[in-house]
Amino acid sequence: MKNEEILEKLKQKHPQAVLGAADRFGYLEIQIAGASIAEVVKTLRDDPEFAFNMLIDLVSIDYSATQGWTGERFALAYLFKSLTLGHRLQLKVTVAEDEPVVPTISEFYANANWLEREAYDQMGVRFARHPNLKRLLNHHEFVGHPLRKDYPITKRQWLSANESLMDEMDVRLKAKGYQ
Amino acid sequence: MNGIDPKTLLPDTGGENSAAGLDSSRHKDRKDLVFVNLGPSHPATHGCLRALCALDGETIVAAVTEMGYLHRGFEKDCEVHTFQQVIPYTDRLNYVLAIMNNVGYCKAVERMLGITIPDRAMYLRVITCELNRIIDHLVCAGANLVDLGALTNFWYSFNAREKVYNILEKLCGARLTSSYTRLGGLSRDAHPSFADEVRAVLKEVKKSVGEVNNLISKNRIFLDRTQGVCVISKERALSYGWTGPTLRACGMDYDLRKAEPYYHYDDFKFEVPVGTQGDTYDRIFVRLYEIEESANIIEQALKKLPKGPVMTDDKRVALPPKQETYGNIEGLMNHFKIIMHGICPEPGEIYDFTEAANGELGFYIVADGSKNPYRVKCRPPCLMNYAAFHEMIEGGMVSDAVANLGSINIIAGELDR
Repeated sequence: MKNEEILEKLKQKHPQAVLGAADRFGYLEIQIAGASIAEVVKTLRDDPEFAFNMLIDLVSIDYSATQGWTGERFALAYLFKSLTLGHRLQLKVTVAEDEPVVPTISEFYANANWLEREAYDQMGVRFARHPNLKRLLNHHEFVGHPLRKDYPITKRQWLSANESLMDEMDVRLKAKGYQ
Repeated sequence: MNGIDPKTLLPDTGGENSAAGLDSSRHKDRKDLVFVNLGPSHPATHGCLRALCALDGETIVAAVTEMGYLHRGFEKDCEVHTFQQVIPYTDRLNYVLAIMNNVGYCKAVERMLGITIPDRAMYLRVITCELNRIIDHLVCAGANLVDLGALTNFWYSFNAREKVYNILEKLCGARLTSSYTRLGGLSRDAHPSFADEVRAVLKEVKKSVGEVNNLISKNRIFLDRTQGVCVISKERALSYGWTGPTLRACGMDYDLRKAEPYYHYDDFKFEVPVGTQGDTYDRIFVRLYEIEESANIIEQALKKLPKGPVMTDDKRVALPPKQETYGNIEGLMNHFKIIMHGICPEPGEIYDFTEAANGELGFYIVADGSKNPYRVKCRPPCLMNYAAFHEMIEGGMVSDAVANLGSINIIAGELDR
């Protein structure tokens, strides 16, 4: 499907959710209201006309150091690809600084679990109802979110204790029938 | 046996180690499990990765993974360096295929700047990228086979790899961290004997791939260790965002060089090897066949390699020739503008991608009009592979987990950034 058709179609399906659109060097970006991201993503994945069967990446951005910036501080860009139909799409969600929470999409794509953990770890955006919102790249004792613009690049932290991982193992064992 | 029935030496008393004791339908009790850490520092993990495995006997019943041991803040570092200075950092992402990372990053920024690089630069980028793909697959297959106990293959594949590295060393002065590209083209042109040397090395590469193939393709031990082991379904692989050879091993005919071609890839004739089972065996063999296809692409590219410059003449990114810098004021100013003020794309955001040896290598770049990128997000293909690792090894043996880890080719430099 062409970019314009995707936009039109998504507007029809979710008139409340679509806030705007932009062209990013030929790559369609659709701005979505944060609260409805999960239902929009579900449509994109399950509707055979969209068939976005892959979540390529999740990018978190902190705009607070941009000159003259008046919008919300954070944004998330969800990149999708359809292998069956060949088209690509990017969803953009703005996230407020005082309550940086967005619904999780980890139930729709298996890799969203880790990508959302990374966004939380690096940028401090939280994902409501995420099954295991822990840090991914940084140490579990780390304080702060390093990709925020107000985190100094020269800052160092002393981190020492091992991560036991038994909290995750407990969940996994229960799922396998071990009490 | 001196008249002794061997069975009497090990009487089956119905105890915990007897056949009846291993019945899977018995009550599942955590007290029967042993928890073992695979990694983070272990020769078979080829980098710092950790998987905590719950073992029942030698079977992994549950596993969870941890990453981040090699996290060094690549994305944060990019924000305090100029667009040009980021290039050497990309070498260190997946250090096996540095030029592919250079190309992936430069292609994104060049598109942002609206620059088309000269044809000769494109062809040389294709050739060096495919040489990198050969290196990556030789390293991956060779190291994977060592993990399976097949050491001989390692010498065959690493000998050939060494010869490819010799070419890259002659081309750009470095073996691993090459930083070969510049925004707008390449750091230097190929030497006159380049084409002949590459052709000679390709022969050696094909020979060693053939030798590896001969050693393993009918080897009972290898087949038993890899076929039907750590299988992932096509649907699951897609849901995990797998790309590249690991996805193709599951039976998906998807290659960005064919699906969304760049740099004249649509002009080359080559096949995309596809597996059927999504097991360790398919992942190894897809890579081995891809080496031959890469060699085909390189031969065609060498034939078509056009003459001309390897750097664009766009004054926003290309340093003027030295006689201009020293000879006239415009050249001098141009030189200093680029060095002191840097290369400044217009404010905007771009996502661009290339088919690296491991899959889709993407860069999401935000520019704010200054000389530094405002935000760089790298999409490492092996992050998606590693996210699925725990699921694949559950139900298998510890030794299968090690074999599988090699076949999904996790490079910690890229995984942890």
